[in-house]
Amino acid sequence: MEALLTAAFLSSLLTGAIVAGIPLLLAGLGEQMSEKAGVLNIGIEGMMLAGAYLGFLTAWTSSSIWLGFLGGIAGGILVAALMALLCVVLRLNQIVIGIALTLGVEGMTALLHHFQFSRTYPRLPAPDRVDLPFLTDIPVLGPSLFGRHPLVYLALISVLVLAFLYRRTNLGLTLRAAGEKPAALDVAGGHVIAIRSAAVLFTGGMAGLGGAYMANIGAGLFIPYMTGGAGFIGIVLAMLARGRPLWVLAGALIFGAALSLTTALQVAGSNIPTDVIQMLPFAAVMLVLVIWGRRARLPAALGVGYERGAR
Amino acid sequence: MTLPAQTASDMSEAVGLHTVTKRFPGVLAVDGVSLTVRTGEVHVLLGENGAGKSTIVGMLAGLQEPDDGHISVAGTGSRLDSPSASLDAGIATVFQHVMLVPTLTVFENLVLGAPWWRRPHRAQIERRIAELSRDFGLKVQLDAMTGDLSLGEQQQIEIARALLRDARVLILDEATSMLTPSGADELGAQMRRLAERGLAVIFITHKLGEAYRFGDRISVLQQGRMVGDIAPDALARMDEDAAIEEMVRLMFGGSDTSASLYRDRPAPTAAPLLSVERLGTEGGAEMMALKDLSFDLRPGEILGIAGIDGNGQKQLAEALSGQRSATAGRVMFDGADVTRLSVGQRRKLGLRYLTDDRLSEGTIGIFPIAENTVLKDIGAAPFWSGGIERPARIGAHAREVIRHYSVRAPSEFTPIGHLSGGNIQKVLLARELTGEARAVIFNKPTYGLDTRNIAASRRRIREIADKGLAVLLISTELDELIELADRIAVMASGRIRGTVVNDAGAGDLRLRLGRLMVDEGKMADTTGDAA
Repeated sequence: MEALLTAAFLSSLLTGAIVAGIPLLLAGLGEQMSEKAGVLNIGIEGMMLAGAYLGFLTAWTSSSIWLGFLGGIAGGILVAALMALLCVVLRLNQIVIGIALTLGVEGMTALLHHFQFSRTYPRLPAPDRVDLPFLTDIPVLGPSLFGRHPLVYLALISVLVLAFLYRRTNLGLTLRAAGEKPAALDVAGGHVIAIRSAAVLFTGGMAGLGGAYMANIGAGLFIPYMTGGAGFIGIVLAMLARGRPLWVLAGALIFGAALSLTTALQVAGSNIPTDVIQMLPFAAVMLVLVIWGRRARLPAALGVGYERGAR
Repeated sequence: MTLPAQTASDMSEAVGLHTVTKRFPGVLAVDGVSLTVRTGEVHVLLGENGAGKSTIVGMLAGLQEPDDGHISVAGTGSRLDSPSASLDAGIATVFQHVMLVPTLTVFENLVLGAPWWRRPHRAQIERRIAELSRDFGLKVQLDAMTGDLSLGEQQQIEIARALLRDARVLILDEATSMLTPSGADELGAQMRRLAERGLAVIFITHKLGEAYRFGDRISVLQQGRMVGDIAPDALARMDEDAAIEEMVRLMFGGSDTSASLYRDRPAPTAAPLLSVERLGTEGGAEMMALKDLSFDLRPGEILGIAGIDGNGQKQLAEALSGQRSATAGRVMFDGADVTRLSVGQRRKLGLRYLTDDRLSEGTIGIFPIAENTVLKDIGAAPFWSGGIERPARIGAHAREVIRHYSVRAPSEFTPIGHLSGGNIQKVLLARELTGEARAVIFNKPTYGLDTRNIAASRRRIREIADKGLAVLLISTELDELIELADRIAVMASGRIRGTVVNDAGAGDLRLRLGRLMVDEGKMADTTGDAA
């Protein structure tokens, strides 16, 4: 096993943790916002996939990776708007609608992709990187941490912004109240439906951006079903993070590393069967849930629609 | 919405209802009510459960809109179509159930609902809270976690929040129901000071004494209609007894409620049906243990269990019904030892228990009335045959229950959680009396009911005993026990401290019972085996 601990392996693992971790981070942060406001957003997998598809399509037609990200955000928000309408405004069951949206988007994006590209999978050009001067030259850590796409840095900054928002602003307070006791927020003059809808739309935007990152930066192409459960891992991250964005970041990097073990081990020349290695992230999810799942503290009104004056 | 400046007169209208009507499915909750609340007054809205008080609060708070009629604020017609519209109009409400987020700090709850883009201003809030504590004696600790505070403390926060928003009308819905008597008096004094500062205070209650002591003006509601009003000058001329008599007259429309139901009849002498011998249960951090309890209960007899709440009464009821296992002694029923029998087996023998926890233990709120009537007979004939539910038979049974016990409900399909406490109690009683009932344990049967339902429930309990059933009546209300019971046993600290024969005529009965109730061991030496 000593051979595994080479610079090449570590570097590749770190790179992988970030490349695979950033979409999880975006999804986890997005989901956290919905859950804080009391909406269990199971549809996030579908939002990511819609973001991946629209993000790729926009980037491919416009040849601009940044327009691609905007397209991804729009795709996620589109699905989220449907979720907000059905679950927040019309108070339908959040779990049923979430699963339906995910399944619907999976089928729809596969179909659209097939119409457009038939069985070809066109590739995007490699994205630009921002090489931070000097830092990139640090061995092992340097290229992994500091030679990444600017979106990586934006995602990391958003962790701090969200942490501030939740703790120190009236908006964060309103979100927390909507998730814990919406009736109290309502009679205090807040707007439960508006804040919950906004939170769901934010989730859609973040998930869509994460999906677009997977398609445009991670893979460079769109494949149907390509998100492969990243949104669901995002839900797990949000639940385990107990409302703290920094914990979502930590979890995303751990899961990202687990997801990228396959590549890293191949780089290191290991002979463990790939099937076993590909199982690791999901084993990790289960292990983490078994160990820390009990401690997950969820908002009291999570998953419960709010109706004014209902007894 | 803009509001005109208040007129010079300090008795001007703060808020008014003009022939307001509100319907809910199957219920006319408020029927053409007109009401004027003036600044500088504590205006009491008095009525039984279901009289429409809470609906009026809901409309003033912006939770519901009237179907007919309109609401005016400071003399101008206003549409209160959301809680924020109501707050903007200067109406703040302290609801019956606390409307604070338990996981937020007190400070966070105070600033909740402010525009989301605004940062909370800690220093400013601190200064205003200091003023409020000085002027009104409000107790608010800003950094406490709200859920850790007592309900009384949380209520103070809600009042403080109303004042922080410069409310001109403060509504207190059943605000004393969760307070101790001295807490209620403090709240009454606070209301007085607020009214003196020019607020209009609307105080909703069903307690007549509080209405008299705290109110300037009393309006009485009955079944959604405004049936009477006692103006400040009239109220000032009355003493408490006269005022209460007037309120009772208005609330019950002259029907007699004060007729004594004292059981003037020979004590039953039949052989005991239920015998409890040196019964004991295990205690815990939250639960008092029962120690060495013994008593007999005869058919046709009502044995009262008196005591301050939480001295083991619930454990006794549960040990008898089979919900709690006994660790010592035995329970004999009709000559057989039932100590080890299950709840269902005891029920079949005719030993029935009517819980005091109607909502979480007694019923399943979202199930229709029909299914709740057979909840304790699942799988049994005639409502099930061969394991298959027979909805037609259950429905017919439920309709019979509704008719016979005059349950006020739209139909047997109504979820039982939508009924008032009194009506749920009727369904529960019907369920316990179904089949071969021989002994019924009542745990606080009239707790939380309104006056009319209390009287009806007591009448039923007496009828049950007159039919020859044995009744164990656990109650914290001495009046109830003196009215109904043949003998009264007093529980304290998980033991029976003494049993007295109910001789309501003798003046010091209450005194004797009271002495046994407060006993903490030192009295046990002299009266421990007074039975």
